[in-house]
Amino acid sequence: MNTRHASSRLVSRYSPLDRLNHWFTAITFILLTFSGLALFHPSMFWFTQFFGGGPWTRILHPYIGVLMFVSFSGLALRFWHHNLITRNDIQWLIRIGDVVQNREDRLPEVDRYNAGQKMLFWTMMATIPTLLVTGILIWQPWFAPTFSIGTVRVAVLLHALCAFIIISGIIVHVYAAFWVRGTLGAMIRGTVTRAWAAKHHPGWYKRVVRGEDH
Amino acid sequence: MALQSLDITRRSATTTPGPSQRQMSEVAKLIDVTKCIGCKACQAACQEWNDVREEVGVNVGSYQNPHDLTANSWTLMRFAETEVNGHLEWLIRKDGCMHCADPGCLKACPSPGAIVQYSNGIVDFHEENCIGCGYCITGCPFNIPRLSEKDSKVYKCTLCSDRVAVGLEPACIKACPTQALVFGSKADMKEHAAERIAELKTRGFENAGLYDPEGVGGTHVMYVLHHADKPEIYNDLPKDPQISPLVSIWKGIAKPMATAAMLVTALAGFFHYVTIGPNETEEEEEEHEA
Repeated sequence: MNTRHASSRLVSRYSPLDRLNHWFTAITFILLTFSGLALFHPSMFWFTQFFGGGPWTRILHPYIGVLMFVSFSGLALRFWHHNLITRNDIQWLIRIGDVVQNREDRLPEVDRYNAGQKMLFWTMMATIPTLLVTGILIWQPWFAPTFSIGTVRVAVLLHALCAFIIISGIIVHVYAAFWVRGTLGAMIRGTVTRAWAAKHHPGWYKRVVRGEDH
Repeated sequence: MALQSLDITRRSATTTPGPSQRQMSEVAKLIDVTKCIGCKACQAACQEWNDVREEVGVNVGSYQNPHDLTANSWTLMRFAETEVNGHLEWLIRKDGCMHCADPGCLKACPSPGAIVQYSNGIVDFHEENCIGCGYCITGCPFNIPRLSEKDSKVYKCTLCSDRVAVGLEPACIKACPTQALVFGSKADMKEHAAERIAELKTRGFENAGLYDPEGVGGTHVMYVLHHADKPEIYNDLPKDPQISPLVSIWKGIAKPMATAAMLVTALAGFFHYVTIGPNETEEEEEEHEA
């Protein structure tokens, strides 16, 4: 536990390694989104220009994908135990209307993560390994030729479906970080204010106060 | 390759219409399997005209050589020994691109202009735009495109679009010694096929027929088969080929729907922000920071 902020108005939420791991994953994710969407719909084919043209986009995408899988594995190991679904999470999801209306007072007590964050976590837990496996099945020229065309057809559709789900999820994730003020600092400098913690993650904040952080 | 841009009706990864003022008449190659003697002159002529050479392979007890289509062998005589009809039949089918009216390769291709369809029906790969993703292989119902190990580009029969553009017939047609291969307008080829089929029927091949599968909108390479009811005995010629529904979803409905859904998600965030607004933490010290 980081005691540096013990008496200040800030509390520590993410360690430097947490942040490094998160942002490495985020950068690979952004690169994958742009290079992948370029090959998904022609309206976005021009994204290939960021990667040095069509063939380079095709060459780089799968290697970046492997990097993201490895990097995300680190995040999964770090954070999975904070993301177990509880009864409060179900209540939180039922009152999603209050969530989007900024009416925190009507919501059950949130611990380190709210149900929305947990859903994103488990969405990534499901889609990223699927993207890796289907990605290997369609990886030209190394692996795709060893699989039947029927298998590749299933893989390519699943790959697109998982990519769509995770991109949509990350759009919400990014928006939420701007929408809930004071959140960005958690992943940039590692800290949040006590007031922020008490408002958005009271369960977690109580444990921080008791010195049982993390 | 050699036809004018004016003659391109469909272009891969392009959502607006191609130039369609001029309509060339549809062409077709007719392969009369019943006349083919398996001499492979067409294979040799194909490599000769296109200036590609196959590596010398090994004999595995079949006349089929090479064993499969490759980035250098755009057409291949496939030899099948079958007893399906109660006696031994040696069926020889010249395999290669069928030049579908509704080409699965072109539907799947993500690179603008890497695959085009000319208004005469020829489907052509423009390798300079090819990115080597192999989606065309996924899209093709006939398993035709081959990715080169040398340059990661895909290759297949061009129906000699360069020769056809200047009024010549494809190289394979010119080389065929038995006139099992003929080339002309699609209408003429159908008429010619009908005569051949009528004759085959008088010779006892009751199921003789034309292979011009509807599932892909018809093809610009057609077969006369003595057993048109069982195309699969000709080395797995598909009975009812069509673009796989998985590919149709992926490069059909999913493409605009998923793109729109992602845009709407992002827009929903923006509108949420300007209507309901940010979720701020009330804290005196925070005021000047937020």
